[in-house]
Amino acid sequence: MASRLLTQIGYPLAGVVLIVALWAALCAYLNIPTVVLPTPDKVLAAFIARFDLILAEGWVTLKETVYGFILAVVIGIPMAVAVANSRPLNLMFYPLLIGLQSVPKVALAPIILVWLGTGMESKLAIVWLVAFFPIIVDTVAGLRSTPRELLELARSLKATPMQIFLKVQLPAALPFIITGAKVAITLAVIGAVIGEFVGSSEGLGYLLLTATSQLDAPLAFAALFALSFLGMFVYLLVEWAERLAAPWLPPAPRH
Amino acid sequence: MAFGTIRNVRKVFSASELNSRSAEPVIALDDANFEFDEGQLIALLGPSGCGKTTLLRIVAGLIQKTSGSVTIGGREITEPLGDYGFVFQSPSLMPWRNVLDNVLFTMEVLKRNDKAARERATQLLELVGLSDFLGARPHQLSGGMQQRVALCRALIHQPKLLLMDEPFGALDELTRLEMNDLLLRIRKETGATVLFVTHSISEAVYVSDKVIVFSRRPARVATEIPISLPYPRNQQLRFTPAFTKAERLASEALGVVPPAETGSAA
Repeated sequence: MASRLLTQIGYPLAGVVLIVALWAALCAYLNIPTVVLPTPDKVLAAFIARFDLILAEGWVTLKETVYGFILAVVIGIPMAVAVANSRPLNLMFYPLLIGLQSVPKVALAPIILVWLGTGMESKLAIVWLVAFFPIIVDTVAGLRSTPRELLELARSLKATPMQIFLKVQLPAALPFIITGAKVAITLAVIGAVIGEFVGSSEGLGYLLLTATSQLDAPLAFAALFALSFLGMFVYLLVEWAERLAAPWLPPAPRH
Repeated sequence: MAFGTIRNVRKVFSASELNSRSAEPVIALDDANFEFDEGQLIALLGPSGCGKTTLLRIVAGLIQKTSGSVTIGGREITEPLGDYGFVFQSPSLMPWRNVLDNVLFTMEVLKRNDKAARERATQLLELVGLSDFLGARPHQLSGGMQQRVALCRALIHQPKLLLMDEPFGALDELTRLEMNDLLLRIRKETGATVLFVTHSISEAVYVSDKVIVFSRRPARVATEIPISLPYPRNQQLRFTPAFTKAERLASEALGVVPPAETGSAA
C-alpha cells in the first residue's frame, strides 16, 4: 500500500519538483530576463493574482473543446456505422475520408474563420474537424473487426440487423471507439487553441496570445499551465466515461 | 426417412467470394453424401482445410451451396433457421457480458429471455460445473471453461441440431479428454443431435455414433464408419480392440496407414 502510494504519487511528484527546481536554478544562474522565461514563483503569482481571468477564459476554451468533441462523437459514430455497413458508401467515402485526414487542419482554420466568424461557431468547427477523424476511423476499424464467429452465431439465430448491431457489433467496437475518443479529446484541446490563435477575443489561447504580445510572460506561462490542466481534465473525463461505458475493459496500464 | 440428409453437396468458392487476387475458383467441397438420425452424434473427420467447416456452414444456412441438397428435419436448408446451436473452435464469448449473460445471448436474440430461460441457463452451467462462475467475466476463465460456456450458449434453446466446429481443437490433451466426456454426458441429458467436426481420429471415434471421413481437397466423403461402441463410454474404452479397430479403419480411410491385408497375419 505504502509502496503503491510512493510509485503512483511520490515519483511523479518528485519528477515535477525536480524540473521546477531546475527551471528556477536556470533562471537564477543564467540571469534570464522575466520576459524570456519567468521564474516559477512569478508564474505561480500570476496564476493566483489573475485566477479569475484564467478561470473565465478557461471556461470558454473548455466549452469549445467539449462541445466540439461531443459534436465529433455525435456525427462521427453514425457516419462510421454507415460507412462500415454499406459497401457503396464505404467505396464512395472512406478513401476520401482517409485522404482528408492528411490535410493539415491548422491550415483550414483561417478559411473556417472567414466562413463562420470569430465567435464560438468557428472554434466548434475547427475542434470538430480535428476530433472527428480519429473517432470515425477507429469506429470503422472497430465495427469491421467484429469476430466473424459472433456474427455467424447471430446470423444462425436469425438475428435482425438491428440486433446484430446493438448486441454484437457496437459493444465489440467499443474499445476501438474509446481509443479514438481519447485521441480525439487531446486533439480537441489543440483545435480550440488553434481557433483562438487565428481569430478570437476570448479563451486561453487568446489570453496566451495577448499576454505574449504585452510581454507579460508570467501570465502567458500561467495560461499555458491552465491549458495543460484543462487537457488533463478533459482526458480524465473521457477515461471516466470509458469506465462507465465499458467496465469490462482492463484499466489503462499505469507505469 | 433420415432426420438429416446431405446429398451430392458441392461448394465452389468463386474468386470474389474468397476475396483473393487469384482468379481461380476453389472447390472446397466436391461431393458430400451422408445421412443421420435424430439424436445421433456424427463426427466429420478429415485433414485440415478439407471443407468440413464449409459443409457445417452450409448445413447452418450461413453460406449457399453450389449444388446438391441439404435436408434437416424435412426442411431444405437455404438460409439459417434460427433453431441450431453453434460451437466454434474459439469460445467466442462476449467479453462485455458475464458467463450467465453470455449463455442468455441466444435467448435474447430469439426474444425468449424469460425466467424459464434463466433457470435453464443456470441448470446447464451447473451441468458443466460452472455454477460458481455465473457472474464471472470470460477473461477470468480458462480456455476449457470458456468453451463450456460456449457449449451452454449453444444448447440453451434446445436446438434441433448442434453444430460443433473443432470445438476442442485449441485445448490441451487432458482438457480435451475431459471435454469429450462432458460432451457425451450433456448429449445424454439433452438428447441433442450433433454434427461434430474434428481432425482427431481418436476423438471422432470416442464421441460419435458414426464417423464420416473426408478425403483431401477437393473433399468428398471417403467412407462412413459406424461406431457401435457401448454407452456410457469412458476413457477405458480407448484401450479396447473394438476402439482400436475403428481408429484403424478411420486411419486407413485418411491414408495414414495402408489398408490391412485381409487374411494375412497382421
